[in-house]
Amino acid sequence: MNTKIIVQRLAFFALVVWAASTIVFFVPRLSPRNAIRERFGELARTGGFSPGDIEKLIASMQQQFGLDKPIWEQYWQYLGNILRMDFGYSLSRYPMTVTEVIMQSVPWTIGLLLVTTVLSFVIGTLLGAVAAWPKAPAWLRSIATPFILLTGVPPIIMGILLLFFVGFRMKLLPLGGAYSVGLVPNWSWAFFADLMVHQILPALSLILGSVGTWVLSMRGMGITIQGEDYVNFAEHKGLSPGRIFRDYYVRNALLPQVTGLALAIGTVVTSAVVVEQLFGLPGIGTALNLAIRANDFPVIYGIVLFITIAIALLMLLLEFIYPVLDPRIRTN
Amino acid sequence: MTLASIQTPMAQEIKQPTAPVLVLRYLRRNKGLAFGLAILLALTLFTVIGLITIDPKKAYPLSAAFKQPPSLKYPFGTDFFGRDLLAAMVLGTWQTAFIGLLAGGIGTLVGIILGFTSAYFGGWVDSAIRTICQILTPVPVLLIQVVVAGSLDKRDVTIVTMAMIVAMLAWMGPTLVIRSQVLTMKERQFVAVAKLSGVSDMGIIMKEILPNLLPFIAAAFVAQVFMAVFASLYLAVLGLGPLREPLLGNIIWSAQSQGAFFNGWWWWPLEPAFAMILILGALALVNMGLDELANPRVRRTE
Repeated sequence: MNTKIIVQRLAFFALVVWAASTIVFFVPRLSPRNAIRERFGELARTGGFSPGDIEKLIASMQQQFGLDKPIWEQYWQYLGNILRMDFGYSLSRYPMTVTEVIMQSVPWTIGLLLVTTVLSFVIGTLLGAVAAWPKAPAWLRSIATPFILLTGVPPIIMGILLLFFVGFRMKLLPLGGAYSVGLVPNWSWAFFADLMVHQILPALSLILGSVGTWVLSMRGMGITIQGEDYVNFAEHKGLSPGRIFRDYYVRNALLPQVTGLALAIGTVVTSAVVVEQLFGLPGIGTALNLAIRANDFPVIYGIVLFITIAIALLMLLLEFIYPVLDPRIRTN
Repeated sequence: MTLASIQTPMAQEIKQPTAPVLVLRYLRRNKGLAFGLAILLALTLFTVIGLITIDPKKAYPLSAAFKQPPSLKYPFGTDFFGRDLLAAMVLGTWQTAFIGLLAGGIGTLVGIILGFTSAYFGGWVDSAIRTICQILTPVPVLLIQVVVAGSLDKRDVTIVTMAMIVAMLAWMGPTLVIRSQVLTMKERQFVAVAKLSGVSDMGIIMKEILPNLLPFIAAAFVAQVFMAVFASLYLAVLGLGPLREPLLGNIIWSAQSQGAFFNGWWWWPLEPAFAMILILGALALVNMGLDELANPRVRRTE
């Protein structure tokens, strides 16, 4: 990969982050809502403030947040803050900064996402490869079919069905939460086991619907590769079927699959956000939901920007993995 | 002997079947499309009959008994807020379909206009439109919609504003699809012939290219309706929907906030979930069927 492509990719990444930040900056300012006024309005309804004091408070707060400055100055300052990952303070959990709120919840989300994405990608790719492999036994090839039927069921709907059948009817698994009520987080095996049991249903709701997409794309790739000359040649050379399957067939179909993964990251992350809050897991989705309920705008915008930057970064990383997978890109 | 004189007697002998018969024959071959359309028809019937026979007031709080499981009196049960879930499902399915159709329609229309402009005129217009689409594609649409919906006053969020929020970022897909199709279409001979005969740009677009693109536009529209229903479900589930309305996503959101499964009210979240599967499944089937119609070459490659 030459420097020109690297620079191009980095510039595109910067452009995406800039576009997202600009949208997040201007959209709320176009709206007639005033977060600070609303916040103090709420306080005024509950506590005894006189209207004059409220106006003074609002004015001082606006000065503190720099909202009295011209909008372009605010915009420059805001872009600078984003570069430093400074999203301001949370309104509903005040002394905490938005970055602290995000950092507190993000490990949960990363754990869930990493496990589910890797599992569904690996299972789906293998099943898809097997489904298109004519020498595989029929029963092995038919495993993929139920997953294909589940493709497109939104993870949140899958979650509700799993909650009903597995959690509510069969009472096999807990109905929500990150760990059992009454347990205190600690480093024991018992707590870890409890934690894992609570992660099964959320993970399944993310995996079951997405395996099918990988099966479909891999199967499509597999069918085209079978007709290729190099596969025929390898067969006539007398290579073992296992070797052909691994090195000639899966290996070559993998590159488009990784491209697909890069394109799917946005969907995968947003699905996790919604599933987390269905199961009440303390991840970034639940943090977003709580912020929406509390009208905590800095946290809402901070989380949105954080996720967007994370997704753009992941796509950038996958771009740099291509050369590892495909020697043609490496030399070119 | 000229060509015309051979063809005339043949044409008289063969009786041309009428259009509905042809459509039915095609549907018998394209089973996915037929099945998807059948589900959509059943859902439409459920909604239309429901809207005629059921009092829509029952879909709002305090109009029925509380937390009743499905019974003869309440076939779909009632919820924690005293809504008759049968009425709520009828109205919710209608509202969900309305958001999908409105947002999908706007997205496709904008996509058609931008796609045509981009592909037909080319040059800097094309690169500007393409770059904007490329930059916006990796930005997760749902998150931007969260920002927009979160910036609105919760009382201002109605079914229509919801559709607008969803439509705002639903045009990139159709733009790129239609752009690439127009680009291939532009090189075809019939367009060149029309151009040489002095047909205006608008004439070529309207009379030569647009009719040939109809199957693609239909497929793009269905795909967009699917995305819009999906997006409105996610926004509603995050609590950003019009909270008073019994939109399917809102029913799920309120059931979830009240801990429906913990309290044993299983029917409450389950019914909108099943309705959602039917709607999205049917749309996916229709979309695949239309792809087959638009792209005869990919027909049954599997």
